[in-house]
Amino acid sequence: MRFSALEIIKQGLIGNTGWRPHWRSPQPKSEYDILIIGGGGHGLATAYYLAREHGLSNIAVLEKGYLGGGNVGRNTTIVRANYGMPGNSEFYSHSLKLWEGLEQELNYNAMMSQRGIYNLFHSDGQRDAYARRGNTMITQGDDAELLDRDAVRKRLPYLDHDNARFPVLGALYHGRGGTARHDAVAWGFARSADQRGVDLIQTCEVTGIDIDKGRVTGVQTTRGAIRAKTVGIVVAGRSSQVAAMAGLRLPIESHILQAFVTEGLKPCIDTVVTFGMGHFYISQSDKGGLVFGGDLDFYASYAARGNLPMAEHVMEAGMALMPMIGQARVLRSWGGIMDMTPDGSPIIDKTPIEGLYLNAGWCYGGFKAVPGSGYSFAHLLATGTHHAPAARFRLDRFARGDVIDEEATGSQHNLH
Amino acid sequence: MRLTCPVCGDRDRREFTYLGHETYLHRPPAGAPAEAWDAYLHLRDNPAGLTRELWHHGSGCGAWLLVERDTVTHDILSVRLAREDTA
Repeated sequence: MRFSALEIIKQGLIGNTGWRPHWRSPQPKSEYDILIIGGGGHGLATAYYLAREHGLSNIAVLEKGYLGGGNVGRNTTIVRANYGMPGNSEFYSHSLKLWEGLEQELNYNAMMSQRGIYNLFHSDGQRDAYARRGNTMITQGDDAELLDRDAVRKRLPYLDHDNARFPVLGALYHGRGGTARHDAVAWGFARSADQRGVDLIQTCEVTGIDIDKGRVTGVQTTRGAIRAKTVGIVVAGRSSQVAAMAGLRLPIESHILQAFVTEGLKPCIDTVVTFGMGHFYISQSDKGGLVFGGDLDFYASYAARGNLPMAEHVMEAGMALMPMIGQARVLRSWGGIMDMTPDGSPIIDKTPIEGLYLNAGWCYGGFKAVPGSGYSFAHLLATGTHHAPAARFRLDRFARGDVIDEEATGSQHNLH
Repeated sequence: MRLTCPVCGDRDRREFTYLGHETYLHRPPAGAPAEAWDAYLHLRDNPAGLTRELWHHGSGCGAWLLVERDTVTHDILSVRLAREDTA
């Protein structure tokens, strides 16, 4: 079924009795050409681009829970291409271009909203750093504009511009950045992949990876063994556990990242704002809730829930930046399990086991990468060669010292 | 989350800073091969469950602590001085 205004009218006339499930629930077959472990945003996008770009359809996505039930359903929904390092810059640029055509392509309303992002700066040194980053973005072909304090004061009147400790001196503005409806992105990719013949198999947990003479031959699951000569691991915070089934030890430590949403409010923040003097970023959802987040809790965790100190820290940062939100009541908070790498950049690569591929290490930044990651990983799975915009996301770059340390914080996993 | 520092007693988590897995206690000797440094700096078992890791009591006695903790439940099982382990 193709979604359209006409279809809505038609369904209205027949009492909305004609809507069908967005995807099938097939039984797993005993063999596929390609298996994708993980039915989150990245895994579903990979399946979709395998079908669309490479004409493959004998593919299954294996998900231990339900589709989109992990980090793609629990993030702050920000989409952007404002990275500075070679390796990241071209990748996120490519990903943002895919975002821009995504809804028409998937025939799915992902509520993509290019409402712009303001990265505020509060010191001369930070201004210089953002000026440089903006130039890098423009060189990459993306948009960036350095705004002075008067321009920011006019556009974001609700900030505490004259804060004694952290005065707002200006911002780097990225107009093509914005937000998207996170769940809908996963659902849109799932529906389109399903329509192209991909089997989306839920409540199917991978319990083992079969390897014969250094080559992957399939996986063991809670719904039986499934054979495949090509297997992709796309499981975010659980990457270390799944890779360990193949005897691999990854440069990843899993951490908790909390996010928060307030009760629904009248429209008041029509853009994305990031604080430059505390890790705090905020936008307002179409439902009216203020969605915001901050840093990791900084200790290794699989709990999918955080502790109070970081919640307090995030609230304090928010109050320092925009005191007007102080009376909004926090509706709920949640935590995602971040697969943190020692340089803060991801991995899209082959593994030492033939036929086994890895897509992991998205740290804080997996959501904006969903289309780009799926596109590049599909390219790697289908052709065995690296897709140019993701060619630097190698698994062995740490051992080679060829890291992509965007924040220049060194090799400690939790500092990115 | 609270940690019981062997020197200072039961304290709030805010007083402590997490460094990482106890791998950091086992620094390769000078001249060790690159693989050993890669394993030391980058590779981690990253267990979902029981783990042993280094915390610093920066707002207390300043000791480095070896903490046994569950990464799924956040339960603290034991806290010892790291120097006892490396001595």
